[in-house]
Amino acid sequence: MSKVTLAEAPPGVEGAGFFATRLDKAIGLARANSLWPLPFATSCCGIEFMATMGSTYDLARFGAERPSFSPRQADMLLVMGTIAKKMAPVLKQVYVQMAEPRWVIAVGACASSGGIFDTYSVLQGIDEIIPVDVYVPGCPPRPEAILDGVLMLQEIVKNESLNRRNTPEYKALLEKYGIITDNG
Amino acid sequence: MDKLNNQLIIERMESQFGSTFVVLGEPHGLLTISVEADQIIAFLQFLKEDENLRFNYLTDITGVHYPKEEKAFHIVYHVYNMLQNIRLRIKVAVAGPIPTVPTATVLWHGANWMERETYDFFGIIFEGHPDLRRILNMDELDVFPMRKEYPLEDPNRVDKKDFYFGR
Repeated sequence: MSKVTLAEAPPGVEGAGFFATRLDKAIGLARANSLWPLPFATSCCGIEFMATMGSTYDLARFGAERPSFSPRQADMLLVMGTIAKKMAPVLKQVYVQMAEPRWVIAVGACASSGGIFDTYSVLQGIDEIIPVDVYVPGCPPRPEAILDGVLMLQEIVKNESLNRRNTPEYKALLEKYGIITDNG
Repeated sequence: MDKLNNQLIIERMESQFGSTFVVLGEPHGLLTISVEADQIIAFLQFLKEDENLRFNYLTDITGVHYPKEEKAFHIVYHVYNMLQNIRLRIKVAVAGPIPTVPTATVLWHGANWMERETYDFFGIIFEGHPDLRRILNMDELDVFPMRKEYPLEDPNRVDKKDFYFGR
């Protein structure tokens, strides 16, 4: 039998028959361990992600069991590969169609900064059009690096306030990208 | 039908067009001729429909930019005789700033996308083209990227060196 690792319980008060903790910590724990990836794979980094999804690296261990391939229900957008300027509106539409809460990982040099494609037709980093939570370095990154990025995002999700989408900072950030939030 | 060779092709064209074209050479055996912009469609039509030549397959249309020349833009046509496996290259030189040449879509529908691509990258206008808009670059692009009018990258840049990408 292999060793089974369970998610650690959040800090709280434990007693006979009850356990009290903060709601946002409990929700964060649930969210962090059930991220649904939406792979936006355009190049070689996408192939590395396929290896990450495969049995050797097994992204499913972290609760990211099924890639969504649709903005519906997905909450972790992984942008993997070169994004041409012509593709930028498509990527932005996919991001806008995702429901809150949502997070973005830029995988590899191209998605993070345009990479070696320092040219007129390539977007020099997806953070020009959508907000990014985690950048994964490498060209392409190994599957371990992508797993590292997902684990890092899990830490962000665990420690996030429940109503992030209503904070003025977050609204200002989306406003800066020209993404209008219509949830009050 | 005789086996075609470059000499026969030249003679056949001379019998039709006299000396309105210039033979530029035969690099690697590929006969290359130069014609004037107002003659190009007549030439292509003759090459396509003539009983002996039968260059009925348009391989490619593209452009070249020679910024120092008076006629700075060359439009290059490659045509192919499928029956005899012979290729032919035709060049047309036109002057800027808005280089204009008649469209070959009247002869080949396949010229449509080739000319759109040439317009996209060189800004060459094909008169009479049914749908002359960009095909590869984004529509908002306001330059023609393959023209040689942009400075080279600063050679002292280090921010995109392999070292920073773990390579």
